[in-house]
Amino acid sequence: MLEVVGVSTVEELFRDIPEGVRLRRPLQLDPPLAEQEIVAHLEQLAARNVPVGSELSFLGAGVYDHYVPAVVDLVLGRGEFLTAYTPYQPEMSQGVLQAIFEYQTAICELTGMDVSNASGYDGTTVAADACYMAKHVTGRSRVVVSEATNPQVRQVVKTYARGFGLEVVEVPHADGTTDPEAVLAAAEDAAAVIFQQPNFFGCLEPAPELAAAAAEAGALPVAHVDPVSLGVLEAPGRYGCAIAIGEGQSAGNALSFGGPHFGFLAARMEHVRRMPGRIVGETVDTEGRRGFVLTLSTREQHIRREKATSNITTNQTLLALGGLVYLAWLGPQGLRELGERCMALAAYAQERLAAAGFELPFAGCTPFKEIVVRVGRPAAEVVRAARARGVHPGYQLGRDYPGFDDCLLVAVTEKRTRADVDRLAGLLAEVASP
Amino acid sequence: MKLLFEKSRPGRRAFSLPACDLPVPEVPAGLRRRQPPRLPEISEPELVRHVTELTTRNFGVDTGFYPLGSCTMKHNPRVNERVAALPGFRDLHPLQEPEAAQGALELMWRLQEILAEIVGLDAVSLQPAAGSQGEVTGLMLIRAYFEDRGEAGRRRKVVVPDTAHGTNPASVAMAGYELVGVETDRRGNIDLDDVRAKVDGETAALMLTNPSTLGLFDEGIEEIERIFHGAGALMYYDGANLNAVCGIARPGDMGFDVVHINLHKTFAQPHGGGGPGGGPIAVRDILEPFLPSPQVVRVGDRFELDHDRPRSIGRVRGFTGPFGVFVRSYAYIRAFGPELRDMSEAAVLNANYLLALLRSAYELPYDRLCMHEFVLSARALKRAHGITALDVAKRLMDYGFHPPTIYFPLVVPEALMIEPTETETRETLEAFAEAMHAIAREAAETPELVKEAPHSRPVRRLDEVRAVKELTVRYSFGEQPVAAAP
Amino acid sequence: MAASESYPEDLRYHPEHDWARVEGEEATLGITWYAQHSLGELVHYEPPDVGAALVKDTPYGEVESVKAVSDLIAPLSGEVVAVNERVVDEPETVNADPYGEGWLVRVRMSDPSELDGLLDAAAYRKLLEDAE
Repeated sequence: MLEVVGVSTVEELFRDIPEGVRLRRPLQLDPPLAEQEIVAHLEQLAARNVPVGSELSFLGAGVYDHYVPAVVDLVLGRGEFLTAYTPYQPEMSQGVLQAIFEYQTAICELTGMDVSNASGYDGTTVAADACYMAKHVTGRSRVVVSEATNPQVRQVVKTYARGFGLEVVEVPHADGTTDPEAVLAAAEDAAAVIFQQPNFFGCLEPAPELAAAAAEAGALPVAHVDPVSLGVLEAPGRYGCAIAIGEGQSAGNALSFGGPHFGFLAARMEHVRRMPGRIVGETVDTEGRRGFVLTLSTREQHIRREKATSNITTNQTLLALGGLVYLAWLGPQGLRELGERCMALAAYAQERLAAAGFELPFAGCTPFKEIVVRVGRPAAEVVRAARARGVHPGYQLGRDYPGFDDCLLVAVTEKRTRADVDRLAGLLAEVASP
Repeated sequence: MKLLFEKSRPGRRAFSLPACDLPVPEVPAGLRRRQPPRLPEISEPELVRHVTELTTRNFGVDTGFYPLGSCTMKHNPRVNERVAALPGFRDLHPLQEPEAAQGALELMWRLQEILAEIVGLDAVSLQPAAGSQGEVTGLMLIRAYFEDRGEAGRRRKVVVPDTAHGTNPASVAMAGYELVGVETDRRGNIDLDDVRAKVDGETAALMLTNPSTLGLFDEGIEEIERIFHGAGALMYYDGANLNAVCGIARPGDMGFDVVHINLHKTFAQPHGGGGPGGGPIAVRDILEPFLPSPQVVRVGDRFELDHDRPRSIGRVRGFTGPFGVFVRSYAYIRAFGPELRDMSEAAVLNANYLLALLRSAYELPYDRLCMHEFVLSARALKRAHGITALDVAKRLMDYGFHPPTIYFPLVVPEALMIEPTETETRETLEAFAEAMHAIAREAAETPELVKEAPHSRPVRRLDEVRAVKELTVRYSFGEQPVAAAP
Repeated sequence: MAASESYPEDLRYHPEHDWARVEGEEATLGITWYAQHSLGELVHYEPPDVGAALVKDTPYGEVESVKAVSDLIAPLSGEVVAVNERVVDEPETVNADPYGEGWLVRVRMSDPSELDGLLDAAAYRKLLEDAE
């Protein structure tokens, strides 16, 4: 091969690289491992983690221990999907393109919107995307975010807002929900108002009124929603939202220590040209057969470059397709039953913990799949004591909200049972102080 | 092929849920779902067949040669899938107490150390979810650095060459900077005179990938470093082409202050049809205080998340980044160790070999040895026979190959950007070269065959104009479509 | 459907492939045959508002094909008095008739002397040939 290239050594291939920048020593890395050694090493590392299967876990706070059916592994494992690139050559990629089109349809159905993109990185960055969209749609430079929105979502919005030239205003929660009057007051000259449904505390927000308050101020209402709640909760598109976003993990992605997951973003058709990310459209080929292509590519970085709606290129397609398979596995009936199960367990948890004497700071709100309980001692101590007995009782809310250092955010999914909740209540009664 | 929604039949389901006797509370009336979403009602056998049929209409690296330029479509070792699926990783909650996640935190810390060594820099954040996000994050770090020095108001410009991937200018805009373009000279290097004219005290940074999207190593890199650092600016390295230089030249040694690494390119995270990826960034110590929060740190023999970072630019993504991607890339790198150098050498040899086989049939705009990829032009075919790069790409499909990147970089007309990677055999490269030669002959002898290609895929050429005009972006369920944007 | 190549004598041309037809104090503007041919079939026209001020040599709107976006560069300065809504609804009109039905905006010129800086048909044709 070297002969055909016209050099005598491999080293000659690098002759254009100035000597001053050449690395003239081996990389200081551990020696290569054979495949079986790799597996053994990674198994050792994995063994030092405690996954949700190894303890009774009530951890939520943005990503959740929902059951991921085996059929999702099918789409994640097939090499034709797993090892394919972004479908720029549609004739080679009708499988992925059609699957994305089906995913877009599913997201539009869940959210009541007209158009969805092919995914964003996660539930936090899609909030930044929505702000960028809203800035260009309205021409305004402020965004309003409810404090009851996931803290990581708010953090990411603030990180991006600087470069976007946006001011971020937070509206405090009142007793675990957001007050539409407070939103209206804060949203003057705002490009967008972002609220979460159900919110970070697990409470149901007065979402239609929040959207109306945003609209009254001339801001785009943006709902950050839980995909598996949308069988029992109304779609944002039906109560006046312009954009619906969210974290897709609950819909068929493994926890995987935080990723990869997918973010979803859907909007009213009038905003389609400002949407970031890939969009797949239906068309026909030269013989009249239905086919699918990436469309409205002129929004994107590879064409519009510095004026693009986003720089996003690689997104989270495979995880989104996992989400599609999950949603298809559920169907509308399953989605509703799943949502009802979560609500039933959350209500039961409220009841049992109250009966055990614990204060529920937000007892007045209806929970979807998470509740806040005051454990009376520093939450960190309670978590330690509970974990020693094989139960992770929930997220330490004080990490993100001042004044809640003795509170836990307890998540219940369809993987939990009545008996699990009983065990939690009994255990907390022992280790905490009601 | 039907859509899932078209296969839906009322009452079918794949879902099962354990029995539970708890009462279901009522959703408050104003919040209750009134119409169920029209998700498909489908049984598991139907769902499995649907997904399987979709895969028969898709082509991956597992299927065949996939020489997209700057995408590094190398083989994805299956052992990486096995280890990423270990329950200790797959089912680990990101908010698990650190003492119960030491394996995950150690893996991340080790990956940080490894990446720092590979690129020759001091500190790493694994948070960014993809190269593009790494770019914006890197630019935000640069801004934070200059703000700290009181220079941010003055330094508003980022210099980007005309061969840059479109994400670079898009990232510049998203980070709130002004774009200054520089040209490429006849040798395929950045035009140093143009750079000298445009770099001054208002420059914040250079964004460069080296080797460039032309597959050429910028011979002037040392002078470039002098110019930018001399003007007090910083240098950002787009790591998309890192596959060419692992163990051979390190961006840190070239003078770059911040680098993003595409784990889904050089480090074998599968592309997934469009993601997930990973875009960790590595920085020189002057930028370390500004890295995203939290950082994975080692304290004695324990690993922790450090949230106490007062000068951090903040969080750019949820949790600590796409951990499943880290597992795969970590496992991949552990298989090589210092032999990553052999990987890059093989990638560069394969590219030069393929270039040598093809240059007699296609125009080579820059007559130099290439790195891991090269760009040819189909301009001669267009002039002589009206056959474009697009036509060549479509005809390659009939030969069983995925086409290379076309019409990029923009500085080459009728561009064909080809990156074979190191995991292809000599026979595959020769077969591809033969197909490219055959198409060049067909262009002269039977141009219709090329113009109307592909002939052997599930669909022929698709009407992209119609896709934009009608903008059918979801299944219509037989309803009138929503009017497209004005 | 697309027109055949032509560069009418009665128009003035800008090097960024825009044309101007002067009628008294007003000028009608559009893009040349070469521009529409390079872009391919147009799918979108983003016009300025009526009443907007155009500044010579700066962008005043955009046209898009499937694969490309192009700024429209104002050959002359002036106030927009009309936008061709037909092109907004059917952008492909520009491909079929770039100098007639495919006009983009009409402006009231603020500085007619700017016309001296534009090319005539012969000079524009030469510019195209030199670029080949």
